[in-house]
Amino acid sequence: MQKHRFKLLSALAPIAALGIFAGSCGIAQADPVPGVTPTEILLGGTHPYSGPASAYGVIGKGILAYFAYVNDHGGVNGRKITFKDEDDAYNPAQTVQLVKGLVEQDHVFALFNTLGTAPNLAIRQYLNDQKIPQLFVSTGATTWGTDAAKYPWTIGFNADYQAEAVVFGKYIVQHQPNAKVAVIYQNDDFGQDYLTGLAKGMGAKASQIVKKASYEVSDPDVRSQISTLQASGADTILIAATPKFAIQSLADLGQLGWKGETYLSNVSSASTMMAAATKTGGDAATNGVISDAYTIDPTNPALANTPGMKLYKDVLAKYGQGLDPNNAFVLYGMAAAYTMVDTLQKAGKDLTREKVMDAAIHLNENNPFLWPGVTLTTSPGDRFPVRELQLLKYGNGGWSTVGSIIDARK
Amino acid sequence: MTNRARVPAANIISFAIAAAVVAVVPWILPPYISFELAYAGAYAIAILGLVILTGMNGQASLGHGAFMAVGGYAVAIAVSRAGWPPEAAILIAAVLCAIFGWLVGMVALRLSGAYLALATFALAVSVAPVLKRFKDATGGAQGLTFSTAHAPGALATVLDNERWLYYEAWLLVGVLFAASWFALQGRLGRALRAIRDNEIAAVSFGINPAFYKALAFAWSAAYAGIAGALIANATAFVSPDTYALNLSITLLIGGVLGGLGSMWGAIVGGFVVEFLPLWAQNISTAASPLIYGISLIVVMIAVPGGIVGAIQRVAHTITRPRAEGKPERST
Repeated sequence: MQKHRFKLLSALAPIAALGIFAGSCGIAQADPVPGVTPTEILLGGTHPYSGPASAYGVIGKGILAYFAYVNDHGGVNGRKITFKDEDDAYNPAQTVQLVKGLVEQDHVFALFNTLGTAPNLAIRQYLNDQKIPQLFVSTGATTWGTDAAKYPWTIGFNADYQAEAVVFGKYIVQHQPNAKVAVIYQNDDFGQDYLTGLAKGMGAKASQIVKKASYEVSDPDVRSQISTLQASGADTILIAATPKFAIQSLADLGQLGWKGETYLSNVSSASTMMAAATKTGGDAATNGVISDAYTIDPTNPALANTPGMKLYKDVLAKYGQGLDPNNAFVLYGMAAAYTMVDTLQKAGKDLTREKVMDAAIHLNENNPFLWPGVTLTTSPGDRFPVRELQLLKYGNGGWSTVGSIIDARK
Repeated sequence: MTNRARVPAANIISFAIAAAVVAVVPWILPPYISFELAYAGAYAIAILGLVILTGMNGQASLGHGAFMAVGGYAVAIAVSRAGWPPEAAILIAAVLCAIFGWLVGMVALRLSGAYLALATFALAVSVAPVLKRFKDATGGAQGLTFSTAHAPGALATVLDNERWLYYEAWLLVGVLFAASWFALQGRLGRALRAIRDNEIAAVSFGINPAFYKALAFAWSAAYAGIAGALIANATAFVSPDTYALNLSITLLIGGVLGGLGSMWGAIVGGFVVEFLPLWAQNISTAASPLIYGISLIVVMIAVPGGIVGAIQRVAHTITRPRAEGKPERST
């Protein structure tokens, strides 16, 4: 077999040589890899720079800053990264058109960090049909990891919501084995992921989830839900809510004199949100609240001397003019960009879409922008890059670590 | 139906030229542009609905995104769950939206001006919560994914998906445009305009405002539904974010910029809604809302008739002697 192929190759060699000759004359050319030249790799992306979710727009700017830094330091295997990031205003119909343009007009090599669950769902089929990598999408839904068999060209980045709730569940079982748990959750897939994850994490003790109450994003407040949960006799509460409702929940708990343990989803744990909850609900509302993180927190002074924080500050100083260094979204963008660069590096100099996809599912990196000790790993059977989380406790106006890193996989 | 609609030669010629251009375009431009133009056609149809409702009948709507959502989900559910062909599903979308529009029109009878605008705005606001509430049918926040529409039967060998979506959209633009033109020429159009200009006078001519206002709403909503259906079809995916709150506002702005007083304004408006955000990106990533705002202010102050109104005014001054210049009320 081996010999045979060699024969075939030697027979083909003169033809190939002719082909190369013809190619250099501009007559015919072998199919080059789209978006890759000897000096450049072209990536495309979409983030909502305008519209209802425009707060996430700075993620794209964080990415651009990190790529600029990498390019100034030699690029990836000698190539510079160009990132064409476009504004889809969080509208899936617009995402589809922009991505088609990026693929068919700009001939991007791959899509990277396209943001939002719905926008990514809208482009997934198209990109997989065309065998174009849809890398490290910016959403915490579980489908990116669980539906890999059907969509092999797609992979997520964020620690998924279920993983977060699994970690909470494990911690509760370990530290409060007799806890009676109540949950307030948003009535959609986001909230459902927390319910599923919490039950998984608590395992046999899931029956200790005594009460659940949901809210709609259109609800003006969650006062009645919080009172119901408090009256249920629970001594532990999980707040699986987006910022507005999380702040309200914390404030209500504070005012109602809640004495139990409070767990809070990390989408709502930014220092500014905690400060807002403290303002209305008093110190009792926020002191002792447990949340988690997988990226480093730019506002946490304890992390100021970590290599990741230093790199973050350096990159921002030189390439991130006008970006707020305290904005966690900027840091998130850099974390994702780091993994993208790492993946390209591992895919090698002889870049193809297949190789990049293969590299993306064989990652094992110490991303400096992740919480010290959190590793990012993927394998063909596990397409959830981040499933390790550091639990944090709030007190005296800041977050400090609680226990060691918990892996939702185990 | 007895009134003879007189079609001036100039209109036939301009319509024929437009049709020829529309037919040729996808064979000259790259496929993804045809794809974008399919969306422009869909938006043009939605704005045509606004021209009928707001421009002709004087009823404001900030809720047309809701009708588009009904149309889009009708297609998504019919195609993905019931296995309908998308073309038939578009028809269902139109009928459903006409009924829905009639009901809204009945409520709208009690309101006018800013109050009506706010009431219809409430409609747009309620889209996302309602869709998320009926998760089993609508797929909730994650929406519904279905297979991409392609040309039926033998046509598929000639037309790729992008060109098919393009022709589907622009064929509908042509049909709905012509249908509206003929309808607005006759008694129906006169009645709608009479109600817009002076409702009391209209009543004294024997026009029943309640009937015509509800009819205008139903008609307009059906067009919005078709537009929403086309967008769902092209995207092969619907979610609450596809028909978000700002879609309704964007449509109205597109209509005002294009010119709500004229049906051609709807075509221009469709192009504005589709291409302004794409062009604005070349200036700056987040520039499109700003450019929308500035153009809106400029148009409101300088050319209240929109882009088409401005063109018509210029054409008037060139082709007609100044003395004859009568006050124009375009159709």
